[in-house]
Amino acid sequence: MSETSNGNGAENANGSVPAPRNDSGEVIGVRRGMFGADRGGDTSGYGGLVRTIRLPGASSRPYGGYFDEVADELEGALEEQGLAPEDAIEKTVVDRGEMTLHIAREHLLQVCRTLRDDPALRFELCTGVSGVHFPGDKGRELHAVYHLRSITHNRVIRLEVSAPDADPHVPSVVEVYPTNDWHERETYDFFGLIFDGHPALTRIMMPDDWQGFPQRKDYPLGGIPVEYKGAQIPAPDQRRSYS
Amino acid sequence: MSTSTTHATAGIRETTEGTVYDVTGGDWDEVAAAAARSDDERIIVNMGPQHPSTHGVLRLILEIDGETVTEARCGIGYLHTGIEKNLEYRTWTQGTTFVTRMDYLTPFFNETAYCMAVEKLLGIEDDVPDRANVIRVLLMELNRLSSHLVAIATGGMELGATTVMIFGFRDRELVLDLYELITGLRMNHAFIRPGGLAQDLPPGTVDALREFLKKMKKNLPEYDALCTGNPVFKARLKDIGYLDLAGCMALGATGPILRSAGLPHDLRKSDPYCGYEDYDFEVPTVDTCDSYGRFLLRLEEMRQSLRIIEQCIDRLEPGPVMVGDKKIAWPAQLALGPDGLGNSLDHIKNIMGTSMEALIHHFKLVTEGFRVPPGQTYAAVESPKGELGVHAVSDGGTRPYRVHFRDPSFTNLEAMAAMCEGGQVADVIVAVASIDPVMGGVDR
Repeated sequence: MSETSNGNGAENANGSVPAPRNDSGEVIGVRRGMFGADRGGDTSGYGGLVRTIRLPGASSRPYGGYFDEVADELEGALEEQGLAPEDAIEKTVVDRGEMTLHIAREHLLQVCRTLRDDPALRFELCTGVSGVHFPGDKGRELHAVYHLRSITHNRVIRLEVSAPDADPHVPSVVEVYPTNDWHERETYDFFGLIFDGHPALTRIMMPDDWQGFPQRKDYPLGGIPVEYKGAQIPAPDQRRSYS
Repeated sequence: MSTSTTHATAGIRETTEGTVYDVTGGDWDEVAAAAARSDDERIIVNMGPQHPSTHGVLRLILEIDGETVTEARCGIGYLHTGIEKNLEYRTWTQGTTFVTRMDYLTPFFNETAYCMAVEKLLGIEDDVPDRANVIRVLLMELNRLSSHLVAIATGGMELGATTVMIFGFRDRELVLDLYELITGLRMNHAFIRPGGLAQDLPPGTVDALREFLKKMKKNLPEYDALCTGNPVFKARLKDIGYLDLAGCMALGATGPILRSAGLPHDLRKSDPYCGYEDYDFEVPTVDTCDSYGRFLLRLEEMRQSLRIIEQCIDRLEPGPVMVGDKKIAWPAQLALGPDGLGNSLDHIKNIMGTSMEALIHHFKLVTEGFRVPPGQTYAAVESPKGELGVHAVSDGGTRPYRVHFRDPSFTNLEAMAAMCEGGQVADVIVAVASIDPVMGGVDR
């Protein structure tokens, strides 16, 4: 399950333990110890374990299924528009039967427009945007994830765009997919991702004067200890937990 | 209520705590004075957040000119409970307890979509036993019935048709009795778990289902008789809440709203899950794009749900309802004890008395949970309201790293402005009822 470490988090090179799923995936964190308990001493004897957490890495062709066709058509259509596909598509990940296209944020709008309008692609339905905050993914902490559905061809793909915490800007796709109006407001509300070009980027769930962005990982859950049968039960984010 | 020649804007006050935006309306004297000064009929009306016709705590901000709505906006967030954030502080299995409370009228859809996402992340979606899938389909179709019944009942009530409301809730009660029999609860079940179900069907379920089907077959035509041909009902619903196919696609509207525009898009057919490809049912459509069409669709979908439930009963073969992997299957052996539902005494006796390893394993799985390999996935089901999607991200830990619900009510409610602007105030209520938003799902 885990590789031992020489202290600086480097991988075990002698192959005595299984390698992680994919070496080239983005590092999103480091986990220490056997059980990942962050409070109290580790009595397991494995307190020195260090594991690097990586997301699934880039895939190479063939991707399988309809993914190759989608990639071919998209690359061809972008080339026709004078945009080099490798500039727009940073990498393609095929994992668990789903395709993720990592798009450079400056080209997101053009890629979305192409995906919607090209007759061979025709992703006419966008199911909104979901934010993810990876404080461990240095330089690209904030991710915006879009799922596009083509009813014409019965396909689903995922677009992923990232922005650093220091410059949390992503172009809005509302002019291509008007449905994303509220979804982008929600993601802004929870993550502080600013969607440039959105018609009215205001908070949607939290009160207008709320401070902070609640779904970020550095935003505490909050809560108060509760007494139950004479014992104090700490707030959910203060309990002993395992990762 | 306030008047303004352009838009009402939020008042701003500076306090020691910082800037406070005041969006609660104004001083009534000021409002009345401004109304007296104003020479036209254009006023802005706040409908809700607590108004009997807004399905919970939805606030509608309507700019009206006489009886015509010139602009309509939604204020949402009054029922935001931070469920997505809370999920990040519980184990993957505990997550079902939270997601079932999102759209509280479609708990089994929330649970199934969430569990499908977790199973995809674990790579065990093909290992879920057939019996578990049949029971999931059975529960989801029962849930489609109860959700549509509430949609029709509350929609009728908002028109003043209280008989429809009484009938709808009467029949929903029959479905809730079945929930109670099967899961022990009428709402907030947390019955569907990653890997399968919390427990098997109790004895007598099939008989109760057959009895229910008999009753529903007698009761469903009553809605037809009450509403379908009723001239008052038709006059109120026809051509109201109009949204054509182009509007639906642009605004991401799915479910009955999309199908009322003539597109037979249903994830149960186009992207089957839980074995829906093996069931014989039809996806009804109409091409009227209006509230009346959506009402007819909901009625027809209920008939189709009854067909699917009948097929589920025939497909119920004895077998396990949880994956075989003991590293994932929650070690619950629920039984009806003297204190209600609890772990079975035999199971407790076994792990406490005979097997130290089983006790340790039980304890670790319950307190620590199972680990899910890093990655992300998207699972979608066709809920009564449309596409319910779950985007789940794991960082390899025992807790979800991020779970996002694409709730159909949230997206469909965006179409409210397009349906209502230019119409009459009274028709706003009909249009919103035809969207069938549930604020628990919208705000999460």
